[in-house]
Amino acid sequence: MTIDTATDDISMTDVTKAAAEDPMYGVSADTARQLLRDMLLYRRFEEKAEEAYAIGRIGGFCHLHIGQEGVAAGCIAPLRKTDYAITAYREHTQAIAKGIDPKAVMAELFGRANGCSGGKGGSMHLFDTECRFMGGHGIVGGQVPMASGLAFSIKYRELDELVICFMGDAAVNQGGFHEAMNMSAIWDLPAIYVVENNAYGMGTAFSRVSRNGIHEKALSYAVPTTIVDGQNVLQTYSTFSDLADKVRGGEGPQFVDVRTYRFKGHSMSDPVSGTYRSKEEVDGKVEEQDPIAILRNTLLDRDELDQAMLEEFDGEAKQTAQDAYDFAEESPVPEPDALYRDVYREINPNGRLFFDGLDRPDFAK
Amino acid sequence: MAVMTYREALNEALCEEMERDPEVFLMGEEVAEYDGAYKVSKGLLDAFGEKRVVDSPISELGFAGLGVGAAMAGLRPVIEFMTFNFSILALDQVINSAAKMNYMTNGQIGCPIVFRGPSGAALQLSAQHSQACETWYVHAPGVKVVTPGTPADAKGLLKASIRDDDPVAFMEGELLYNLKGEVPEEDDFIIPLGVADVKVEGDDVSIITHGKMVNVAIQAAQKLEKDDGVKAEVVDLRTLRPLDVDAILASVRKTNRAVYLEEGWNYLGVGAQIVSLIQEEAFDYLDAPLLRVTQADVPMPYAKNLEKLAKPNAERVVEACRKVMYR
Repeated sequence: MTIDTATDDISMTDVTKAAAEDPMYGVSADTARQLLRDMLLYRRFEEKAEEAYAIGRIGGFCHLHIGQEGVAAGCIAPLRKTDYAITAYREHTQAIAKGIDPKAVMAELFGRANGCSGGKGGSMHLFDTECRFMGGHGIVGGQVPMASGLAFSIKYRELDELVICFMGDAAVNQGGFHEAMNMSAIWDLPAIYVVENNAYGMGTAFSRVSRNGIHEKALSYAVPTTIVDGQNVLQTYSTFSDLADKVRGGEGPQFVDVRTYRFKGHSMSDPVSGTYRSKEEVDGKVEEQDPIAILRNTLLDRDELDQAMLEEFDGEAKQTAQDAYDFAEESPVPEPDALYRDVYREINPNGRLFFDGLDRPDFAK
Repeated sequence: MAVMTYREALNEALCEEMERDPEVFLMGEEVAEYDGAYKVSKGLLDAFGEKRVVDSPISELGFAGLGVGAAMAGLRPVIEFMTFNFSILALDQVINSAAKMNYMTNGQIGCPIVFRGPSGAALQLSAQHSQACETWYVHAPGVKVVTPGTPADAKGLLKASIRDDDPVAFMEGELLYNLKGEVPEEDDFIIPLGVADVKVEGDDVSIITHGKMVNVAIQAAQKLEKDDGVKAEVVDLRTLRPLDVDAILASVRKTNRAVYLEEGWNYLGVGAQIVSLIQEEAFDYLDAPLLRVTQADVPMPYAKNLEKLAKPNAERVVEACRKVMYR
């Protein structure tokens, strides 16, 4: 639903009710089935990552997207390859959605040389310029001004492209978010800012850290705002198709509060429930708000899907996730020389750039 | 040679680079309609239009980050901080984003951006407007730091910085903007990063420095010659990263004594790195301990007399030189 005024907080029920006329939201059955396959892949991929983390193949921080697959699929599928995507650190599925090979993503999580960032980024810093996936950023809200800069470049070069910028709900309390919203509005930058609103910034409920609603923050900068049920991928897809057209048409930035829910802990070290949310709350959401189940049921009800197709889709997803795992497992770790590579893009012929006293290969003085 | 101010030299550099490369743009507070808080961008709005000379809101973190994003897409932003004191608000985007971009993307995405503006103290601007910010930037691998002290260096180095493919913190001086000097008139006058310049030649003691302190060092060298008959060599590093280590070592090997002069604080300042480097790589050439002349370890006070006491000056440099010469 489009929001024009800053009103009281809008509940998920309002959002669902506002757009329940056509359960397919005008999305074709073929597209819907593809979205189902995409989401199944994201789910199986993340489950594989979880498994790999448990046995130490993946280290550091690792933030799973399970429960939020509808956001990756529904927001990115309507976009073009030439559109930029930039995001925070819960990003594995978004990277795959934007076109990065799941093998290259899994290899990156494993810290391997043929990961999409050469093993130097890890879970939080996935990049692929060919897919225009611009990371993968670890400072909450840090990617938002960068997204405005990517959008600035599009406008500067007068191109028919756009930027989609994902952030978590906690990012809207960062100063950089507000500065970027303001600049995007005054300069009509071609960007869609998406708050992936899973109701908690790590373990802090959004309602505890903001007196007003997420939509009101963007509206205060006169950025048109929409609220979407992110667990309903068809609603999400349909909304983002329209918004992309508007942004490409030169109408300036858009802001979307996508309501979703994280089924797993904030990161691998965070239990699913216990301290900041109850087991009942999580179980209830998993039961009723699983984006995959919601789409599956919609398609089954309309005879656009049967059990055999579902099993086939899921089988493919599991296989792709397994292939990604196997690829990562067999991939080499980065060469020691990679440690020194790419600190600078240009090694100036004069002067010293490095002061650690370590021997470096020829490419770096 | 043309004689012009440091301000005019910077303006020429910006103008020439914007003419040469349509992907260079200037953004910052008051850079367009106001002609720049210090008039460095005077006339650029008329010459290049509002698309390429962009007045920003007072949002240092935001427009620095916007610049980083634009650079990720391949544009070549020049981001003006009204002063580097305000860049502290933007450090997240410089250190966490710009400095690490090429590395964490495995060389896929560079960040060819220049952050420029005055750094260090002017006159009686007190604590929050008088800080030398070099150390904060030069500390992080991935950033290059340039500190011109003369009009010619300002022009040649700004042009090189804009062409460099990495993030460059380009630190000017409020008190330098009116400084006049000779600037070569050749068509494309560039000074490559990483090349120091011996501003005064001498055999007795090296005064190594950077940025606006170059002018203080020259005064000290003149005083030493006049009062003591001592010939001091003034080595202007010009860029702090890349650092012209060879020039530092060559001077120290010749004079066997050195004083580092810098505007900022002593503790882990630029001089700390330089003296460490000299003792590691030229220990056998040293005839005296290396000394540093820096700002007093206090926030800058307002009162004129106190400010004077806090700042490094030529007298203190002369004293330090006498000490290392055991005079």
